[in-house]
Amino acid sequence: MMESPGRVDVASLEATAREIRRDIVRMTYLAGSGHPGGSLSVTDLLTALLFHEMKIDPARPDWPDRDRLVLSKGHAAPALYSALAHRGFLPKEELLTLRRLGSRLQGHADRGKLPVVEASTGCLGQGIGMAVGMALDARLAGRTNLVYAILGDGECQAGPTWEALMAGGHFRLSRLVVLLDRNGLETDGPTETIMGIEPIADKFRAFRYRTVEIDGHNFPQILSALAEARRSTDGPTAIVARTVKGKGVSFMEGKSAWHGKPPSKAEAERALADLGAPEELPAR
Amino acid sequence: MSPSAPTASLRDAYGTTLVELGERDPHLVVFDADLSGSTRTQLFGQKFPDRFFNVGVMEPTMMSMAAGVSLGGRTVFASTFAVFAAGQAYNFVRQSICYNRANVKIVATHGGLLVGGDGGTHQMLEDIGLMRGLPGMTVIVPADAPTARAATLAIAERDGPAYVRLTRESLPSVTDGSFRIGRAAELRAGSDLTVVAVGALVARALDLAEDLAQVGISVRVLDAASVKPFDEAAVLKAARETGAILVLEEHSVLTGVGSLVASVTSESCPVPVRRIGVPDLFGESGDPWALLDRYGMSARRIRDEAWDLLRLRGKVE
Repeated sequence: MMESPGRVDVASLEATAREIRRDIVRMTYLAGSGHPGGSLSVTDLLTALLFHEMKIDPARPDWPDRDRLVLSKGHAAPALYSALAHRGFLPKEELLTLRRLGSRLQGHADRGKLPVVEASTGCLGQGIGMAVGMALDARLAGRTNLVYAILGDGECQAGPTWEALMAGGHFRLSRLVVLLDRNGLETDGPTETIMGIEPIADKFRAFRYRTVEIDGHNFPQILSALAEARRSTDGPTAIVARTVKGKGVSFMEGKSAWHGKPPSKAEAERALADLGAPEELPAR
Repeated sequence: MSPSAPTASLRDAYGTTLVELGERDPHLVVFDADLSGSTRTQLFGQKFPDRFFNVGVMEPTMMSMAAGVSLGGRTVFASTFAVFAAGQAYNFVRQSICYNRANVKIVATHGGLLVGGDGGTHQMLEDIGLMRGLPGMTVIVPADAPTARAATLAIAERDGPAYVRLTRESLPSVTDGSFRIGRAAELRAGSDLTVVAVGALVARALDLAEDLAQVGISVRVLDAASVKPFDEAAVLKAARETGAILVLEEHSVLTGVGSLVASVTSESCPVPVRRIGVPDLFGESGDPWALLDRYGMSARRIRDEAWDLLRLRGKVE
């Protein structure tokens, strides 16, 4: 189990996040399909969770008291796989099998194939409901583990997302923490021109969530929000994390075109240069 | 309706059996979506309020929440009307429950035309097809209260997702409750014709058999309550031994048990199969039993189709 360090080594988290971003680029390039934009935007949130806040243990992945994470925006699976691999839950070499026939790393995470994934997600608006169910289960069992659900902002257009959020508020699930990867873009363009979700923080508050708004790429802010969420005793927490789609890759940042498109070889190599060091990639 | 056997409520049988299961298994959890009086999960809720979640009108999310609770190792039951369970919540049943291999038992009441007055919006005629198409899903359509009870117990014991379709109306108790998953029950032996039936129409199948026995025709009746896994062996044996099959179901003939029987027989033992059920239509408001007659499931129509099959096989002039 990872102990919470007294002093947070932000530089170390940033270095880990950079490695995860490099994996996302390699994985989606080699797979020839996938969702780099929203994987890159959620990377820092996942890094903060898996490498600092969550009580998890690679030696005991089914430890009953572990904190749970449900990636409700299941298309960011490459980021989740890479984070799990760097945290010791699966071999790093396996990352490059993403989306290949026979791979455990499905395009959207499948717990049947990769049991360390808490819940299979992919179709939006469902992971959040499963997270609420997991928090109910924990309460019934008398466990105090946290359940984290990561929502996409396009996903906030889905009615069932709000059904599940309503239930989390109604049941006052203080162990439920909802993180919104608010990168502002969905497949076809900006959320606010397609179907606006603002004022999103007010909506969470209206659904009885203690809500904070942070910069989703600023580790001190993320860690502080997560620490506060863990202290909650009277209801669920929502963390609205303002992020940048394609974060870290200059030509992907803020472009909805990179929601569901893999980079070419040349683009992937440019991206890796952006992310700290150039690297030559094999042909796809 | 068959006057021959006393009737009993399938929903009551479910509700009381659920309470028994709750007594046996302290971890069992039940969900409902604002229909707990109608589905009878209220009985469980009164006895075990801490393990009962009435989540209001959010059937899709009820399925996700039920899946989330079950992934911790619990058996979870979720109930609402069939149109909401299989229709409104379809993709949530598909991904949250089936794709996750979650141990969630969906017991849906108010399946079929017998909903009556609420009309076509609420008369679910496509659920058997929708649910049996889902990988890993067990599908059961009890004909009476004893089978509703047996099916509730059986799905609780079997790991994995299940869908049980119950009827709103009370039905004659035509089985002895010896239901087993994967087995069709031969309720009546016969050699001239086989009737495969599910749900409310099993009683009509027995009425037909009794009727034809009066004129020396021997009709086998199979209660195919276990729609998935389906007892293909029993149906193929019936095809070989009786040479023709009539299927009765209170469901769309496009995707129901009739098409299933036709698929199974055509692959291994092609015999004439007639499908009696609802044609390519929605229902409408009306007296439940009158609706069965109006939509093609009258005793007369059943008898006509049976005679037609018997003529086709040269068993009558």
